[in-house]
Amino acid sequence: MTNVIVLAGGLSHERDVSLRSGRRVAQALRETGHTVVEADVNADLVQTLASVSDPVVFPVLHGGAGEDGALRSVFDLLGVPYVGSSGPAARAAFDKAVATPIVAQAGIRTPRASALPHDMFRELGAANLIGALAERIGFPMMVKPARSGSALGCTKVSTAAELPAAVVAAFSYGEIAIVEEFIEGVEVAVSVIDTGEGPRALPGVEIQPRSGLYDYTARYTAGATRFLAPADLDAEVAEACAEMALTAHRVLGLRDLSRTDLIVRDGVPVFLEVNVAPGMTETSLLPLAIEASDGSFADVCAALVAAARTRIEGVA
Amino acid sequence: MVSSLEASRRDTRLDPYIDQYADRTGSMTVSAVRALFSVANRPEVVSLAGGMPNITDLPLGDLGATFDELIQSKGVQAMQYGSGQGELFMREKIVEVMAEEAIHANADDIVITCGSQQALDLVTRIFIDPGDVILCEAPSYVGAMGTFNAYQAQIHHVEMDEHGLVPDALRQAVVALRAAGKAVKFLYTIPNFNNPTGITQPLERRREVLAVARELDVLVVEDNPYGLLTLEGQPIDAMRSMDDQVIYLGSFSKTFAPGFRIGWVLAPHAVRERLTIAQEAAVLSPPVFSQFAISTYLDRFDWRGQIESFRGMYRARRDAMLAGLEAHMPPGTTWTTPNGGFFVWVTLPEGIDSQALLPRAVNERVAYVPGTAFYADGFGSRNMRLSFCFPTPERILEGTRRLGKAIADELDMHTTFGLGADERRHAPDLGPAPDLS
Repeated sequence: MTNVIVLAGGLSHERDVSLRSGRRVAQALRETGHTVVEADVNADLVQTLASVSDPVVFPVLHGGAGEDGALRSVFDLLGVPYVGSSGPAARAAFDKAVATPIVAQAGIRTPRASALPHDMFRELGAANLIGALAERIGFPMMVKPARSGSALGCTKVSTAAELPAAVVAAFSYGEIAIVEEFIEGVEVAVSVIDTGEGPRALPGVEIQPRSGLYDYTARYTAGATRFLAPADLDAEVAEACAEMALTAHRVLGLRDLSRTDLIVRDGVPVFLEVNVAPGMTETSLLPLAIEASDGSFADVCAALVAAARTRIEGVA
Repeated sequence: MVSSLEASRRDTRLDPYIDQYADRTGSMTVSAVRALFSVANRPEVVSLAGGMPNITDLPLGDLGATFDELIQSKGVQAMQYGSGQGELFMREKIVEVMAEEAIHANADDIVITCGSQQALDLVTRIFIDPGDVILCEAPSYVGAMGTFNAYQAQIHHVEMDEHGLVPDALRQAVVALRAAGKAVKFLYTIPNFNNPTGITQPLERRREVLAVARELDVLVVEDNPYGLLTLEGQPIDAMRSMDDQVIYLGSFSKTFAPGFRIGWVLAPHAVRERLTIAQEAAVLSPPVFSQFAISTYLDRFDWRGQIESFRGMYRARRDAMLAGLEAHMPPGTTWTTPNGGFFVWVTLPEGIDSQALLPRAVNERVAYVPGTAFYADGFGSRNMRLSFCFPTPERILEGTRRLGKAIADELDMHTTFGLGADERRHAPDLGPAPDLS
């Protein structure tokens, strides 16, 4: 069986989530007979990569260098096979300011949105921009960092007075803030898996947070959110959601696995974002989707490793 | 078909017991603030957040040999169950330790606990019914408040000034609460180097607080984990030394090492009886091996000399922090100057919310605990607790530099967006802060 290095942790705000995801993936791979080394992203990593014979890397890093493609580019440089999207594809997908226009161009419905770096506010005058956002996007709106996950730094804004503080909160996490129309509807996540036979959408998972808001606490506290898998949607709507996830996966050039988050409004899915490093914790959506498809999480992890291995052998 | 939809739908909240938990667990949720502290453990981050004692200078080689001999000679007893109240030889040593702060006690009145954190739990367990009031300093130790909340106590904060608890405020609070029909069960106070503020009650203030407590018949629980770590001058006499009705909590976590989990309660006879029974129900007996190990340490090593060496080490760290704050904090920032303990309490320029600032600080690779963690009532958003106990002086200086930059950037952002003090940005969705001693 293959030697696998499960990479988790890192320095992002989602380190804790990543560590939990990583332990789950490592356990699943051990159950399927792999030899697993769990590693963090630090100065020892290159040495770890060199010390394991013919490894496949399974990055389970959320946010930062793990998800933005930087590390994947390093693996490409070193010729180490890894599970998941290539560096450039991950870089584009992780940045909502880049990814959303690409999927919109492919005909996917996206919220009215504007991506603004903080310099813009300083140079053009915050009040002017705030006014324009209020007028063009309208209320309620969502304000979020362009490059972050787990709903960190996200705020729902209902009035113009709340907008500056929400934008500043998003800038606490990164340089660019996205201000977008708030879409009211059924929250659904569709995971896409490709273990070598082409991308396949798993059943959509419907998310019903007890508090009404799928924030950090609702995401990672067991019991705080109700999940329906497959989502309670008409067949053609569910089909449209699956199509959307597959299209996003394809047009962003993603590989192996991704998760598209969307809202179904009046029977029509609206794209929110795509994740190249979906959460794998006990309360995460992709493992739930695998279960709902009568699959086994461990088998899927093993198949992803096998696909990554084959890919490098294919290239060679 | 592009998807593989199944007919059977899974409907789950991922916790089959979600409707069966006790009400008091309602606040026990995952929070983003807790999660951010996971990053603080990385070496790249200067963590001014935790209250971890720096024990790297302990004579580990000699301790190892001593504990080895302990196992060889007394292993069978040391690894057996013990007394619920704690071993007599340990309690006798504790009497000796407490004498350093002018406490004259009888070993019979001591109950050994798993750190003083468990002492807090036992005291709360025997005194508090849901809804009873516990008076705490404003602000107070987050770990104590976690315990009080677990027993569904109502926490009422009492104002502090630069000398700690304000006696008149204490009096007013007790009178008002009683007039409102509340049962005020005890006052919880950390008179030496209060966690989180670092403020110390001078001797006279202790007398005044005790006088109010006696007059109004309020039980006092004195928590003193840091007293012997006075950085300049001698420790001030403990409140318990002036009033033997005070329940006193002590610990070896800061004066020796926290891993043994040995603390204690010194309480009046009748209270001690109940504490012992409560302790038996909680843990049967406190860690026996740890009691053997610590009493052997106290017998064979120069523990007073070790504390003196700790003081020097912490003094250098405190001085580094104060120098760093002086050099790097933007105008409008103020902080306390502790003479011991582990913490400095910072008040940020108006309009800055320490919880909202935390992700930016983590981006700068520095961490702290937001002030709201130390209040039960939502106050403290302009404050942060910085610990100087663990990082080296150089790292502390660097940490304050990074923190200064994060605050300056946040202030800059406020200027750009015209956020005034009345439009303070809060981050209520980040949830409860971690329990950090």
